[in-house]
Order: sequence, then structure tokens, then C-alpha cells
Amino acid sequence: MKILIVEDESVMSDNIAKHLREESYLVEQAEDYHSALDKIVSYDYDCILLDITLKGPRSGFHLLEELKILEKTDGVIIISAKDSLDDKIKGLDLGADDYLPKPFHLAELLARVKSVYRRRKLQGRNSITAGNLNIDLEQRLITVDETPLQVNRKEFDILNYLVINKNRLVNKTALAEHVWGDHMDAADNFEFIYSQIKNLRKKLKVSGADLQIQAIYGIGYKLLAQ
Amino acid sequence: MKLLNHTSSYFSIILLVIIPVWAGLFYFAMLDEIYDSMDDGLANQKLLIIGKAGRQPEVLNKGDFDEGNYAIQPISLAEAKNYKDVYLDTLMYMENEKDFEPVRMLKTAFSHQNQHYSLKVTTSMVEEDDLIFELLTALIWLYLGLMITILVLNNLLLKKIWRPFNLLIQQLGQFKLENPRPLLHSRTKVDEFNTLHTAVDQMLTTSISTYHSQKQFIENASHELQTPLAMTLNKLELLAETSLSAEQLALLSSALDNLTRLKRLNQSLLLLSRIDNQQFSDTKSVNINDITKRLLGDFEDLSIYRQLDTTFHESGPCTWKVHPDLPSILISNLLKNAIIHNHPGGNVNVVVGTNFLEVRNSGAGQPLDGTKIFDRFFKGDNEENSTGLGLAVVKAIADHSGIKLTYSYNSEHIFRLSL
Repeated sequence: MKILIVEDESVMSDNIAKHLREESYLVEQAEDYHSALDKIVSYDYDCILLDITLKGPRSGFHLLEELKILEKTDGVIIISAKDSLDDKIKGLDLGADDYLPKPFHLAELLARVKSVYRRRKLQGRNSITAGNLNIDLEQRLITVDETPLQVNRKEFDILNYLVINKNRLVNKTALAEHVWGDHMDAADNFEFIYSQIKNLRKKLKVSGADLQIQAIYGIGYKLLAQ
Repeated sequence: MKLLNHTSSYFSIILLVIIPVWAGLFYFAMLDEIYDSMDDGLANQKLLIIGKAGRQPEVLNKGDFDEGNYAIQPISLAEAKNYKDVYLDTLMYMENEKDFEPVRMLKTAFSHQNQHYSLKVTTSMVEEDDLIFELLTALIWLYLGLMITILVLNNLLLKKIWRPFNLLIQQLGQFKLENPRPLLHSRTKVDEFNTLHTAVDQMLTTSISTYHSQKQFIENASHELQTPLAMTLNKLELLAETSLSAEQLALLSSALDNLTRLKRLNQSLLLLSRIDNQQFSDTKSVNINDITKRLLGDFEDLSIYRQLDTTFHESGPCTWKVHPDLPSILISNLLKNAIIHNHPGGNVNVVVGTNFLEVRNSGAGQPLDGTKIFDRFFKGDNEENSTGLGLAVVKAIADHSGIKLTYSYNSEHIFRLSL
């Protein structure tokens, strides 16, 4: 899972990032409106933790508006020092998924992030299936016909991303950014991604999973499942 | 040559011509005046001697000059009639000088008791060679004196007068468009300098505002490009999911690749102009050790795939006071550079020590041009995919954050960032 933290208090931001990374999430951070906007426009995130009060004239609400304009489906949780009903309503109206007033427990934040992710990407479930393959996101466990499939962290993330987008074309750049971070330029490293996919294919074949990762003309990959 | 010395040298040459001309005129005018007054003196003496001869007839017998300065000799009437007063220069033996010296002489005639006499009166005269010599010496002194006066005046006066000008050019020499400081003007009564100040101020104000608006324009342009670029990419990806022929997909793939490159290029440009426009001025202490470790982890798969031997060594804590969003961009660009411009079996060595970060990597077996690698859009050979902005971004962030960035080569490429 890939998460963006938009927070101008760097200590706070670092704390959240550390906690989420321990959960094997890919975390990117933005300190101000412009950095956040640049990231939101250029990359996709599963969940954005958005502080409403940012330095400068523009607030988190503006970022919510930009997300709408861009037709993005990133989940958004507003984290705010103000527990004001107006802000809450305004944020939710603008498309935020949740509103969490500061101070909060990191455990609660994590639970809400997972919840947003489930709602947005997994239709509310805790696990996701493709053919005879099942991914339990809570346990970070992949099984094929109830038999666990041993994958490393990156392979898990690749497979997870492909399964969530099953039967859809996944752009190789988006895949690389989603698994290795925003600074990964897929254009330079298409072969590198290809080699990762090749490994994964091998593992899937050995485990007897009835799905196929199809390469689409240099654009990306498509996970084909019954 | 300094303006000061320039005028001084002109003065010295002009005076060298003018002073002798002026001295010659002065000499002749003075000599004329001296003769005039000597002749007046001789005429006066003549009258005194004639008067004395009337009272003391023995004077009339003074046929030689001897100790006196006159001589009287009787002449015939015919001679006396032809006599006219004549002033002439002649020589006379001087006892003190033991030599003939020039004297001024008046030859005249007069009558006393029906007897005619010639009278010669002399007066000792200026020695012309002495006079010329004295005059020349005086002139040399005068010339030297004038020159010294001019030099001193130039140095004191002109320096003072030209001070506003010198202050201005000194400031213009240090002026930087990226970091403009208002010019200090010292007060002056000289209109030309005031005009110059106004003109320079106006010119700089125009330049600064043009520079700013251009920088702002680049930022706005890249910012405005971001959204349509992202939207286009999204739509093309959606298009790729429709049933397309292999040929159409190949075309689409190429379009997507180019658009992705354009997106990255635009991102880098936007970042560079944001740095230029001081939008990352908010600084905090950032731990570089942690960020480097994390990014190395993110790049681990890539460097393994590229068969690189990566080492990480921590010799001390590294904390920089920078905008928190910048270090990860800076370090990821450096790491990416070290991984991409490398060869299978090569190595990447990263060292974080007390307030420094060093990234060393194998690669091309010769040093890169350290003056060019940080230039925007600088590309080495065979780097079609590179935007040519990666190291420029590194440099811009380092400069902006007051971090020293150096490149050196010692059998491997060494990029070092230090406080």
C-alpha cells in the first residue's frame, strides 16, 4: 500500500511515516501545499493523510479540490488539529473519506487507513481473490488453494497491486512507483520490472495458481484471472 | 590605465609643450623690460655727468673709464653734428671677473663752453647665459612643482569626486541577478553621476523584474502543464484497456513512454524553478542517515538487478538544516545516478559521516567534466532516456540549502555533500 502524508510538522510526519513503514507500507511525505500538489498530480496513492492547515495561503481543502479535478480515486483521511464540525463537513463534502482530529493514536490512524483502503480498493473486504489465489492484507499472506505462497515484500506489493487491478492494464510506471516509490523511474528500468515480473510468474506457476500476468506492448501488465 | 593617471599624463605632455613657449615669451619680455630700464638709467647718468662737468671742469679730462663708468673725449664740431644718442651692447674688461663681460653703453655728445665732447656711459649688464640658465632651472622646478601639484590634486580631489562612480562600479561587479541587493549611492553634486545612478537603478529594476517574471513564468508554465499531462496519461491508459490491435498498442506504448518522459522532465523543471523561486525556504533539522538508509532500501532491488555491489557505511551522524522535502529528492537523484551510470559487476559505496554524505560509484573509466555535469540538460553519451536534469536538481538543492557539493574522480566517481 502506498501512502502520502501531507503534514507541515515534520516531527509528526516522520512519526506517522515510521509507524506506517513498520507495517510494510510505502510512504511518501510532503511538507507543504506545492510539494503535495506536485506529488498528487504526478503519482497515485492508495491513501493520503492530509493536514488541512498548511503553511502558505492554500490549505488542504485546495488539495481536495485538485484531486477532484484530476479525477483521482486516492483515499483521503483528513488529520486536523481543529475538531471543528464545519471543517469536517467541508472536508467530507470535498471527497475526503475520513476525518481524524489531532491528537490521535497511531494505532487508530492505522486502522482507519486500512479501512479506507478496504472500502476504496477491496469493496470492504479484508482479503482479495483472483482465481484460486487469495491475498490476506491483514496478515500479508498469499495463499494458492489454501497453500501459502512464499514471496518477498516487493513481490507481495506487485501481486497485490496487480490483483486489485485484475483484468485491467497496469502501467509499468505506475507499478514501479507503487512498489518502489515515487523516485523510481520506470522508463529507465523497464527491464528491471520485467525481471521482477518474470520471477513472480515462475512462483505462480510452481504454486499452481490459475492466473496469468500478461505483458502489454511495453505499456504495462495485465493480470488475467477467471 | 586609470582615468586619474590618464588625465595626469595628458597634463604632463601638454605642460611640457606650453611651459617652454611661455618661458621664451617671458624671457624676451623680461629682457626688453631690463634694457628699457637700463637705458633709462644711462640717460639719467648722462644728464648727471653733464651737470657735474659744468660744476667741475676737471671731469672733462676723464678720458678713460678706469674706476668710473664714463669717459669723456673732446671731438670736432663736424663729429659732434653727426652724433646721435646710441645705446649698444659691448664688452668691457672686468677686474673682478678677469674677463670681458657684456655691458650696456650709451654713446652721446654734448657741448661745454663751445667745446664739443663725446660721452660714453656704461652700466654692467645682465649675463644672458646666466639668465637663461637660471630661468631654465626655475622652469624645471616650476614644471616639477606643477606636476606634483596636479598629481596630488588629482589624487585627492578627483578621487573624492569620482568616489560615487567607483562605488557604483564596485557594486555592479558584485551584482547578481539571482540575489539582487539594492545599490548604495553616495551623495554627489555631480549631475552626470546622479544621472548615471538613476539610469543604472532603472535598468536593474527592469532586469530584476524581467528575471523574476521569467522565473515565475517557467514555474507557472510547468505547473499548468502538470494537470493536462497527468490527465492525458490517464486517458491514454484507459484507451489502452479498450480492444486495440497490436499495432495500435505499439503506437500507444510509444506515446505513453514519451509522455512519461515529458512528465518527468516537467516535474524536474517545476522543482528547479520552485527552488529558484525560494519556495523551499522553510528549513528544519533533518537526519540524513535515516533517509539514506531508507532510500538505499528502495533502490536495493534495482542495484541487485543491475548486478552492483552496494555498500553502506555510517561513520557519524549527519544532520542538515534544510527543507524536509528536499533531502530525499537530493539523495535519490544521487543514488539513481550512481546506479544507472554503472556497469554490471560495478559498485556503489555510500558513506554517511559527521555532516557529510558521499556516494562513490564505478562507471565510465575516466573522470567526467566536473564543470558540466551539474549543468541543466547536460547529457553524457548514450543517455536517451535521461532528462539531463538529475544532477542539476542535486546541485540546485545543495546550493539552495548551503550544502557544498563536489565531484572528484579517483578510480571511481565521487560525489560528496558536506556542510
